[in-house]
Amino acid sequence: MTNTYMYILVAAVVSTLIRVLPVTVFRKPIKNRFVRSFLYYVPYVTLAVMTFPAIIDATQNKIAGILALICGTIAAWLNQSLFRVACICCAVVFICELVLC
Amino acid sequence: MTNSKKQAFREGFKDGIPIGLGYFAVAFSLGILARNASFTPLQGFINSFLNHASAGEYAVYTVAAAASGFIEMAIMTLVVNARYLLMSTALSQKFDESTSMLDRILVGFTVTDELFAITIKRPGFIEPIYNYGAFLIAAVCWSAGTSCGIVAGELMPVRLVSALSVALYGMFLACIMPEARKHRIVAVLILISFVLSYIASRLSVFASISAGTKTIILTVVIASVAAILFPHPEVEDDD
Repeated sequence: MTNTYMYILVAAVVSTLIRVLPVTVFRKPIKNRFVRSFLYYVPYVTLAVMTFPAIIDATQNKIAGILALICGTIAAWLNQSLFRVACICCAVVFICELVLC
Repeated sequence: MTNSKKQAFREGFKDGIPIGLGYFAVAFSLGILARNASFTPLQGFINSFLNHASAGEYAVYTVAAAASGFIEMAIMTLVVNARYLLMSTALSQKFDESTSMLDRILVGFTVTDELFAITIKRPGFIEPIYNYGAFLIAAVCWSAGTSCGIVAGELMPVRLVSALSVALYGMFLACIMPEARKHRIVAVLILISFVLSYIASRLSVFASISAGTKTIILTVVIASVAAILFPHPEVEDDD
């Protein structure tokens, strides 16, 4: 119980510092090429690592998860909105598990 | 408040509504995860309001569910939210010099992928009041969605929970794929990340390392190698 609030607090402090520090401290662009490149790649790599194989472990049926990954990727590739991609993945899993399970 | 400020607030609020609707649905699936980590609806609301980041909150629920340490919590938050460093840095160049420190801090606090996008789309200097309007509606929808997910998740059939639990991954895909389409190197990196992540999750050698730590290690290694081999060409990428 207390631990839960501690986790929230730790995450909130870190995420707020991440958001606020650059705006208040960096008045000039970061010049270091490695740091810029590293920071540029980080979100894509992190989110990709977190998506797979977690997406196929989250569903009851692995095939449903794989199809959701494929359909979601195609929809996102076609620049569909965040909301729409999320809905498409849900619909694919729902229909698949209705048919397969 | 002057009329132009009221106008900017109203515009922000209006632009925040569609974002808030999308947030509600995605936050609902986060709520299901939060429930698994034994979060109460109030705790979910507070966490969502303070952290307002899907991947960041996902990290909180993962770390809390595994009862991992606070250091791991801090590092995970730093890693999954590192993109906000870049966004906040980009925004720092768009402030009028007369903008107060308090406004800078508050605008920084409101940064999310979507709010960053609508802020950068607006021409001219940042109008803090516009961001507050957008954040107000978006953050309330986001936080309420999380609470509803925690409450209603219990009432929902397994099949529906299973379907909704992939909403989050769909959202992650929506965040990374448009960039992958623009830059082939990002597409290749995503594929490499998928493969290495799969290997790390299935090899018994890595079984003792928590999912959060695996994410940190894989991210730092892959992004570092990529940054050395393929330095990002654009110096000032505004998108």
